[in-house]
Amino acid sequence: MHFEYQIEGGNFTRAGYASSEIKKKLKQLNVDLGIIKRTVVATYEAEVNVVAHAYSGTIYVDFDEEKVVIKLVDEGPGIPDIDQAMKEGFSTASSTVREMGFGAGMGLPNMKKNADDLQITSEVNKGTTVVITMFFKKEAKDL
Amino acid sequence: MTVEQIATTLNAKIICGNDRAHHEVKIAFASDLMSDVLTLREDNVLLITGLANMQTLRTAEMSDIHCVVFARNKKISEEMIELAQENDIIVLECSYSVFKTCGLLYNAGLLPVF
Ligand SMILES: Nc1ncnc2c1ncn2[C@@H]1O[C@H](COP(=O)(O)OP(=O)(O)OP(=O)(O)O)[C@@H](O)[C@H]1O
Ligand SMILES: [Mg+2]
Repeated sequence: MHFEYQIEGGNFTRAGYASSEIKKKLKQLNVDLGIIKRTVVATYEAEVNVVAHAYSGTIYVDFDEEKVVIKLVDEGPGIPDIDQAMKEGFSTASSTVREMGFGAGMGLPNMKKNADDLQITSEVNKGTTVVITMFFKKEAKDL
Repeated sequence: MTVEQIATTLNAKIICGNDRAHHEVKIAFASDLMSDVLTLREDNVLLITGLANMQTLRTAEMSDIHCVVFARNKKISEEMIELAQENDIIVLECSYSVFKTCGLLYNAGLLPVF
């Protein structure tokens, strides 16, 4: 099964729509509730990052029997130093983003904790690609 | 504590989820920062916040939070009510500060997340 969703940079009213749709699909598939929560929290953090830090993006979702792969591709400023961005507390979020309740620099480390696998690639002035992979049968991840 | 008891303790109004006033919560977390709420591992946490926007409810949806208290007299929009209803999230509006809200609920026996 394959699905795609568009993300609009700066549109905080709509942020989370795609993650919400993905949650509904996972529930229909009767995926373990703990795995659903880890999946949607990681996806939502990634979706909010596109809204907060990039101009536009697309989410590609592929389900198969054993896993779901969620790929977020954005056009935006990119991340110059991914290791630095992964550190808790590192944030370049604008004051608008902070007023929305985000910008603590917790998103990327939280995605790392929740995802079974997380891959981030980025090119400055072009954009960022985040790939979240979640396995359905995996035992509860030790957080 | 049940939602009904929470509403009484806080002199709060149940904006949606009146039919689930018997829903019970044991632990609570207060924050205006959704980034922090999203790091919680516990389910069925009561969220106390002064941040009234769509992302508060989206965060609740993703984190399996079933009940949100909007303190500091924050009013929630029609659009937010719709989103809460769609996701079976119980919403209360309360005129007390976050500090007073937390104090009253702590006194009444709700436990902190950490
Ligand atoms: N899609 C992206 N495009 C460009 N920069 C990004 C993107 N995602 C993350 N970043 C950069 O990495 C930093 C850290 O991201 P992270 O998600 O950890 O924190 P945040 O979004 O700033 O705050 P929080 O997630 O706690 O609300 C961001 O402040 C930003 O500089
Ligand atoms: Mg973030």
